[in-house]
Amino acid sequence: MGPAPELDELNAFFWTSGADGELRMQYCDECHYWQHPPSVCCRKCLGEGIAAKPLAGTGTVGAITVNRMPWMPGLKVPYILVIVELDEQPGLRLTSAMPGVEPGAVQIGDRVKVCFEQREDVWVPFFELLS
Amino acid sequence: MNSAYSEKQCIISGVGQSEIGRRLPRNGLQLTIDAVKQALDDAGLSRADIDGVSSWPGQLQHAAPGFSPVAIGDLREAMDLKLSWYNAGYEATQMSAVLNACLAVASGQARHVICFRTMTEASSMAKGIRSSVLGTGSQRISGTFQWQLPFGAFSASSWIALVASRYMHEFGATREQLAQIALTARSNAMLNERAIYRDPLSLDDYLASRMISDPLCLFDCDVPIDGSTVIIVSHRDCAPDLKSKPVHIEAIAGPLYGRDSWDQQADLTRFAAEDAGKMLWSRTDFRPKDVDFAELYDGFSFLTLLWLEGLGFCERGEAAAFVEGGERISRDGQLPLATHGGQLSAGRTHGMGYFHEAVKQLRGEAGSHQLAGERKLAVVSNGGGNLAGAALLRRE
Repeated sequence: MGPAPELDELNAFFWTSGADGELRMQYCDECHYWQHPPSVCCRKCLGEGIAAKPLAGTGTVGAITVNRMPWMPGLKVPYILVIVELDEQPGLRLTSAMPGVEPGAVQIGDRVKVCFEQREDVWVPFFELLS
Repeated sequence: MNSAYSEKQCIISGVGQSEIGRRLPRNGLQLTIDAVKQALDDAGLSRADIDGVSSWPGQLQHAAPGFSPVAIGDLREAMDLKLSWYNAGYEATQMSAVLNACLAVASGQARHVICFRTMTEASSMAKGIRSSVLGTGSQRISGTFQWQLPFGAFSASSWIALVASRYMHEFGATREQLAQIALTARSNAMLNERAIYRDPLSLDDYLASRMISDPLCLFDCDVPIDGSTVIIVSHRDCAPDLKSKPVHIEAIAGPLYGRDSWDQQADLTRFAAEDAGKMLWSRTDFRPKDVDFAELYDGFSFLTLLWLEGLGFCERGEAAAFVEGGERISRDGQLPLATHGGQLSAGRTHGMGYFHEAVKQLRGEAGSHQLAGERKLAVVSNGGGNLAGAALLRRE
């Protein structure tokens, strides 16, 4: 559905995390703080003791839109885009999509879980309804 | 109020705008020079008086065709300008061309600064290139766009639609209310012979139009154009020598305190517009109730709602009710908005067009779309999300 990200030393853990089916983000053990996107230090304490850590992969739909514009040839519309509020921490979110889910079948407040789509060496984290 | 603030030393001495069109036979540099000549004539200045040029975001010819086709160097060479100071840069707030010009003039780096914003997005789109849609090539994505494009969030319409959905969910705002931003812009555009879309637009037309990214429809998105807008920022001491009536820059602000992101800010529907509002009012004794009209950013209609709240024209969560029915924001209302048709109907001049319009209105020179009555104080705002600049303009 979209282009793949360019992997670098900061983001590679995130984009390859789905290889074992887990979603990972940076976590600071000192501050007990999750942060995204990844950075070189914890934005609370500025310490470098941050490391990739698995999340439950569950969350709540915080915002939703249905893109109906075929922005490029071959792009199949409509499809659902969401901002998911992840369970680990208030305000920890991921902008993502829910491929294969019918527009109208999801609304703000619905519970979702992560699923991955592999594109070459990248695993894109999408979401599906938590049944 | 602190009279040492840089903007209080500054006036807008001249404004100019090229033809604004959907696909013009003139390139970006030609359009820019058209606008510069007009602004010089408007101010009663010659090009030899110009010693500064400021623009945002600077030339992005290859990264985003049509989005910012003209470099300061192009203009300097073409017009043989002698520059004591010049400045452009993408990593700055959208209003930085004007804000930085004030800093330069107040500190004596320059006396008359051309601020320009030129777009040729309409011509680029005609060639099949949309600068507002990213990641449509085969290249891999790095930087902040990696958090949107791989998921299929290609366009700002989707990023802003997500936030709009949350706002509607939290505050019970409706499409009928949001429509008033587009309908108000259109009714003003009908009076402005330079606007792009001038046909009547009804609520029924709006509700029946094509959805782009729910809840935003076609009429919630501004219209790409070819065109250039110029304002000249000068030291206030120059006012007696000018042909034009000076418009004072009472206050200007372009802060960023929150996350530089569309999805990680503490509250999903609170953006830098609020910070810009607070900072703006901290630099002046005027208050929102003193404002006679407002040219608020409407790259997407929803952004105008955030600006109404951010600038303190209404309380948090109340903007949709504020615009309901349209009377309050109409040209005879309490706070006229988008008096030339906004970017929604008069074209995406991308921030600078609101300055042009505000100056014309304050001087009483807006012609067929001039507001009735005395208009002495105007707010201009630029940007959405992490980009937020606001200025308060005052007639003497």
